[in-house]
Amino acid sequence: MIANEAELRALMTAGLNGDAAAHRALLDRLSRHLRAYYKNKLARIGRSADEAEDLVQDTLMAIHTRRHTYDPGELFTPWAHAIARYKLIDHLRHTKASMTDVPIEDAADFEAQDDHAGAESALDLNRLLARLPEKMRRAIRHVKIDGLSVAETAARCGMSESAVKVSVHRGLKAMAAAIAQGRTT
Amino acid sequence: MKTDDLINMLSTNVEPVDRGQLRRSLGLAVALGAGGALVAALLTLGVRPDLHEPGALAFLGLKLAFSAGVVLMASLLLTRLARPGGERRTRPVLALLPFAAIVLLAGLSLAYAPSTHWEAMIVGDMWLECLVSIPIIAIVPFAVIVWTVRRLAAPTDLARTGAFAGLAAGGVSAMGYALHCMDDSLPFIALWYGGTIILCTVAGALLGPRLLRW
Repeated sequence: MIANEAELRALMTAGLNGDAAAHRALLDRLSRHLRAYYKNKLARIGRSADEAEDLVQDTLMAIHTRRHTYDPGELFTPWAHAIARYKLIDHLRHTKASMTDVPIEDAADFEAQDDHAGAESALDLNRLLARLPEKMRRAIRHVKIDGLSVAETAARCGMSESAVKVSVHRGLKAMAAAIAQGRTT
Repeated sequence: MKTDDLINMLSTNVEPVDRGQLRRSLGLAVALGAGGALVAALLTLGVRPDLHEPGALAFLGLKLAFSAGVVLMASLLLTRLARPGGERRTRPVLALLPFAAIVLLAGLSLAYAPSTHWEAMIVGDMWLECLVSIPIIAIVPFAVIVWTVRRLAAPTDLARTGAFAGLAAGGVSAMGYALHCMDDSLPFIALWYGGTIILCTVAGALLGPRLLRW
């Protein structure tokens, strides 16, 4: 169905097992596919391509925070495509666009890549972080941005390791929700 | 925010993912909802007083079998719909099986009964109570299921997912109500149990797009 299905699926499976390098490679590849997909779709219905990067980031965030919904027994591309399509339709519906029907048989569009180095969205990471409760914000800063280990962060914040993990997890979910909300208001 | 920075952030210190979590949590949500419905029905309505009679017990079993069948089908389909693209891999007609079975049985029992009995068999004594109780008892299970789906799942067809959440909630609610209900006829079960459960399903479909967005 799609040339790099096997490759993406292998990266996804490794990422689910905790392989950070594979997860990074997966998100990086997906971001190119998503960028091409959204630019193409938005252009086709006469919308500005500026919105594309917001959608790319919203979708990457959703793919990351909901990656446990991927069933390794199933194909990966349709899973990722379903999320991309859902985010696009949600975006169009909530920005009061003329609801053009987004055809469902277009997983092949996903093959296209758009390599736009340093692409930037209108979202502000610091502002997103500022909206989180103190505990989550510190956990995400240390673990996800500064790259400290969970153990180091736990020692520094005076929290247990599992509390750090939970804070990171919940914080990312809250950020994903804020991105999805902010995109449409 | 640069997309590269976001990717950096997301792929720093990646934790392994628990893959059974979604299925387990949905199962737990339905079970909790069933427990809640049972308690609600027992506290507000109470168990029917004639349970020692074999006829009553048989009909209770039948009502429970029908509702449990509905819950089982709804839960199975809901677990599929909870994953992105799941709507393309589900057959919603499966959910109709318990309904088809009860309608068939109801039709047979009407066919073998004199037509003068039909009205009593269909309308029963407590149709209004049934019509009101099942949707009300379904509210708590529906909330528990919707909360779990919102938190953990990633449905891409929100109306359909909402519908099956409503169907599951209606089913567990009917299981609770069955403990109290004394209307023992197949057409009554088909019409009033089936009908109110479908009502819950329609309500779920209407609420889904609003409640399940992610």
